Formats: sequence, C-alpha cells, structure tokens
Amino acid sequence: MSEVKFSKEHEWITLEGDVATIGITKHATEMLGDIVFAELPEKGSNVEKDGTAGVVESTKAASDVYTPVSGEVVDTNQAIVDDPSKINEDPEGSAWFFKLKMKDQSEMDSLMNKEEYDKFAKESTS
Amino acid sequence: MEIKKTSLNKLHQSNNAKFVEFAGYEMPIQYSKGIIEEHKFTRSHSGIFDVSHMGQLFIYGDETLTEELEKIFPLDLKNLKQNCSKYSFLMNEDAGIYDDLIITKIEEGYLIILNAACKDKDFEILSNLLGSKFKMNLDNNRSLIAIQGPKSVEILNSIINGVDQLNFMTGNWFDSDNQKLFVTRSGYTGEDGFEISISNDKAEKFVENLIEKGAQLIGLGARDTLRLEAGLCLYGHELDINKTPVEANLRWAISKSRLSNGGFIGSKKIMNQMQDGASQIRVGIKPEGRLIAREKTKIFDDTDTQIGEITSGTFGPSVNGPIAMGYVNKEFSKVDTKILLEVRGKKHPANVCALPFYKKNYVKGVN
Repeated sequence: MSEVKFSKEHEWITLEGDVATIGITKHATEMLGDIVFAELPEKGSNVEKDGTAGVVESTKAASDVYTPVSGEVVDTNQAIVDDPSKINEDPEGSAWFFKLKMKDQSEMDSLMNKEEYDKFAKESTS
Repeated sequence: MEIKKTSLNKLHQSNNAKFVEFAGYEMPIQYSKGIIEEHKFTRSHSGIFDVSHMGQLFIYGDETLTEELEKIFPLDLKNLKQNCSKYSFLMNEDAGIYDDLIITKIEEGYLIILNAACKDKDFEILSNLLGSKFKMNLDNNRSLIAIQGPKSVEILNSIINGVDQLNFMTGNWFDSDNQKLFVTRSGYTGEDGFEISISNDKAEKFVENLIEKGAQLIGLGARDTLRLEAGLCLYGHELDINKTPVEANLRWAISKSRLSNGGFIGSKKIMNQMQDGASQIRVGIKPEGRLIAREKTKIFDDTDTQIGEITSGTFGPSVNGPIAMGYVNKEFSKVDTKILLEVRGKKHPANVCALPFYKKNYVKGVN
C-alpha cells in the first residue's frame, strides 16, 4: 500500500494498485465534533477531483466531503452510514468512506504527506 | 464592538471549552467530551450551564406595577402568587414576538429573565411602556447559572439547603456563603433543575463547588439538543417578530382569564387567532432514517407544493435519531401527517409528531 496522502479539505487517501481508499482525517473529526450522519457516493458513479462525494453532519452542522482524486466509486463503507459515531472513533482506519478506481494516478502528486498535512492542519486551526 | 465575557469565562477556558460568539458574548459551545456526552450526562446526572448572558431585569413596584404589566403581558398577574413564575412573551400590537421570557413575582416587584440577544431592546421597549414610574434594573452584576438533570436537586441542596422544597416554576431568595441568591426551579432541558442568580464575584467559586459535588459544565451545543428534544422554542428560530404565540402553539402560556377582556398588547390578534385558528402552526417533525433537516429546510406535501419550513433540526442523542421543529400550514399539522423535507436537492420523507420528543415529569407538590 502507498504512503498516506492528505488534501487541504482534510481527506486522507491511500492507493493499492489503482484503487484509492478515501476517508476524513482525525483533525477533521475533531473540528466537526460528534458525527451523527454520513452520506456516501453511489457505487458505480464517477467523481471528479475536488468535487463533492458525500456529506457528514455533526450535532452542529453539515459539511461536504470532497474527493481528492477522480475515479469510479467501486466500494462504499455502509458501516459508517449505519453507525456514524464510528467515524469519530477510528477516522483514519476502519471508518474509511469510499474506494475509487483511479483514472490518473498523477493526481496523487499534488497532495500533502503526513508531515506537511500536520503543519497545514495546525496552521489552519490557529 | 468588543466581545463580552461572563464571570465564568476563565473557568470555561480551564475546562477546555470551545468558544463561539453568541449574542455578543464569548460562550462555550462544548467542552472536551463533546455535545453528545454532555447531553447524556445532563439527562443521567447533572449539568451546569452558564446562562449569564441572559438578561435579569428587576422591576420594582406594588399593585400599580402589576396593573401596568397586565397591559403588556397576556398573564393574570394579579392572581400570581409571590415567588411563582410564568412563561410569557413581549409582543407588538400584531402579537409578533419581541422576546419570550420568564417572569417571577418577587416581594419587591418582578424579576424577568430575557434572551441575551433581545435584552437591551426589551429594556428599551419596557422603559417606554412603563415610563419612569418604576425603578428598572437590567442587572449586569449578577450571573445566572442553570443546573439541570436528575442529580441536580441533591447536589444543589447540599450547597443551598432548602431548594428541594421548591416546586417547578417557583423560586425564592436563599442565603448561602453570606450572600443572597435567587433560585428558581426551572430550566430549558426537559429535566428537573434550577436557575441560580448570583453576584458575579461569587459565581466562579459557586460553580467550582457544584463541580466538586459531581455536576459537570455543559455547553450551548448540548443546551440546544436538550431543549429541542424537550420541544422548547428558541428565540430567533421558532419565535420571532413575524410569529405569534398562537402560531407557535403556545396558547397554553396565555392566561385564560385574560382572553375574555383582552387589554394586553397584541390581544386583538391573539383573540382572533384563538377563535379562527392560525394559518401556520409550529409542529414537531421526525425525519425517517438518519437524515438531519436543519433550519430553513423547505417542507413539501406529496404534490410538490411547499407547505412550510424547518426552524430547528438536529440529532437528538436521547431519542437516538434526527428531530426537528418547524411551521406547516394548519391542514398538515396533525400528528402522523406525512411530509417531505428537501435536503441537498432531494425530498426525504418525514412525519409530523407530538412534542416533546423526550419527556420527564417536573417536580410538583413537594410543599
């Protein structure tokens, strides 16, 4: 599996072959608070880099989930739809959102590595 | 304008509060445990809420003041006993609501608790209506602390002996730690609880004492989910200047004895609406599934006609599902009516339901 990369919209992404797994970061869940609703893209649909690909809602507000890369949705995580609190519990592990079959793997290049993202997240909070 | 802080601001900070600006005040939206845990702790134990941003208006006077206030509020104040509280409204001539409030008859006159965002305007309106006949004090030297939940009576009574003898919607002055506190048995969560008016310089120590006895600080986030589960209105959402108490389904708060002769501001409109019914009415709404419908969500019938709008919507932690309140045309206001909510461009099924979503019994008849 590839190194974990991160987007400015607080998604994480890993790549295995040409299939990317995408979720939201721990930092994002801390900003959102308790997540009580999740909506995921439909399997078989195509999503475009930086386009919306789902919604999460906390007790406070709704937020769009963006996809950091383009591709076809090949799988979604029904477990987080059935129990959205899982997203707060394990955001960067079992609570992934969706898997994409990527069209253009060079889209990964512009994303941040962990160190860059941690710095970005810290700066965007303060 | 500089943001205002309550006397508990430092205590909120040391308890890792996340702050938001609310009505010009820096207020805690939540602490480190988060809204859902804070909500559940209040329902099972005892939560402390800093509501010092709310207005505490003392108006001093005798029977003449009661007569003057009856010209303003739809209440039978002449028969209100000392230390008893009533929920009411400050309205305009069209029965539009300037503010909703709790008024308590005290020995020296009345104490009125006002919403933070409305209190200065309320003061102006009431000053104009009452003229200079009565001394009025919107008291900034006092904090207001709410303690809510099943363990609250035991905790508070261990600090202020005798509060367990108060009935719901009554209050009294108590002596504690060489100071006068005004305590009412009331609240905004659907739980048994109290609100304590205390001088600013004593507030922090008092709250620390409550925490020591097992209560925990709760932010405005959980205050909102708690009040919504309890079916209680929030000014600026369910209530505003374009809504009347009848439309808000709050006719229970209007004293029956005042309906025959009127004589309070907005009485004509109220009496007409009581007779003919209002065209829109506030209802409880439960979306099917887990969908959350926020404020301003449009409500439709099955012919694609808009029939109303959501005024508050969230996830109810004790109900364990989404809940909302809103206004619908009266023919859709019956419980179990099927409606549709437009969220992110799609229409989702929901049902009109009875309020509150969550119910406990308030304490009556302890003395």
